[in-house]
Amino acid sequence: MAVRIDFAKLRFLVIDDNAHMRRILRTLLHGFGAREVYEAEDGASGLESFTHYVPDIVITDWAMPIFDGLELTQMIRQPGANSNPYVAIVMLTGHSEKKRVTAARDAGITEFLAKPISAKGLYERIVNVVASPRPFIKTKNYFGPDRRRMTSSNYSGPDRRKGGKADVFRQSALLDKVRAPG
Amino acid sequence: MAKETAAVTTYGDHEMITPQNKLRKAVSDKPFDPNDDPVARAEQALADLSGNFSSWMDEECERLDQARLACKTLGFTTAYKEKLFHAAHDIKGEAATFGFPACAGAADSLCRLIEYAPDPTKIPVKLVDQHVDAVRAIIREYTRSDAIALAAELNKRLREVTDEFLLHENRERPDVIASILGPSIIPNG
Repeated sequence: MAVRIDFAKLRFLVIDDNAHMRRILRTLLHGFGAREVYEAEDGASGLESFTHYVPDIVITDWAMPIFDGLELTQMIRQPGANSNPYVAIVMLTGHSEKKRVTAARDAGITEFLAKPISAKGLYERIVNVVASPRPFIKTKNYFGPDRRRMTSSNYSGPDRRKGGKADVFRQSALLDKVRAPG
Repeated sequence: MAKETAAVTTYGDHEMITPQNKLRKAVSDKPFDPNDDPVARAEQALADLSGNFSSWMDEECERLDQARLACKTLGFTTAYKEKLFHAAHDIKGEAATFGFPACAGAADSLCRLIEYAPDPTKIPVKLVDQHVDAVRAIIREYTRSDAIALAAELNKRLREVTDEFLLHENRERPDVIASILGPSIIPNG
């Protein structure tokens, strides 16, 4: 049976520098039944609102002034630095290249949603974070939702979840590359 | 303010943390009502808002035009380049929602031109003009019966010329060329 969500019990923070997109997101969330929808227009005020309103779900754009959605995610995903480093973060962006999805995942987002936005796409992401939360992984250079979404019966590499030493991913180089490609 | 509580399992080089699921409060235990479709409600709410979309797109086009003008008259500085990129990027993301999906291709091509040009001062001004004018023309002529076909042809040609320029400018940067030619997660996007 499909999981039903009571949106009235969730508090949302929408961070997007485009006023039209914020209005669209607010409209969709209210349509789902949400009552508490807060807005911020850039990464800096988004972080301030995150601390002030303590949202259950953050929906953020990627490309924004001051600091972008990727940097915002990395600031939120600091264990011990704020009241909820585990908050669900949905990144909504016009970027659609595969390398962007990988970079967003490695920054610690929970869900990625490429524009154009649809009611169905947004609803599915929210249901997913509410009904099927993933555990968090903390390594030397990553803190965020488990990036493994499925298990492969054909996997033949080292099993890091059975102890022992294993490879360490270098994610900073990729993030830098994505931020300043030109 | 109360801190999160979480269960932690430690492995060789990482920890798996299962935080307290604070969102479980929102999982509804009410019986499923087939007549209550939240997605349909949201789509209707968006449809009610759609009377604004045409004028919103005009505002976005004006913003794009102003950003183009700033780059042309004041130079391709980081600040003006970013303004132009953001204006084009927003149009790319909003085009389908606002009812003008055929202009997304030209806006996307302009984003790629700005993003992947190693030296923005070498971007041909004429090529920027062609992109901005194409976006505006597609939106202006959207009610024409052949508008979609013309837009598709325009988008295709802009993308070809842009890719040719970018591949030449990045000929010593194979990693950037890989990104330029890399896949999109959106089919035909």
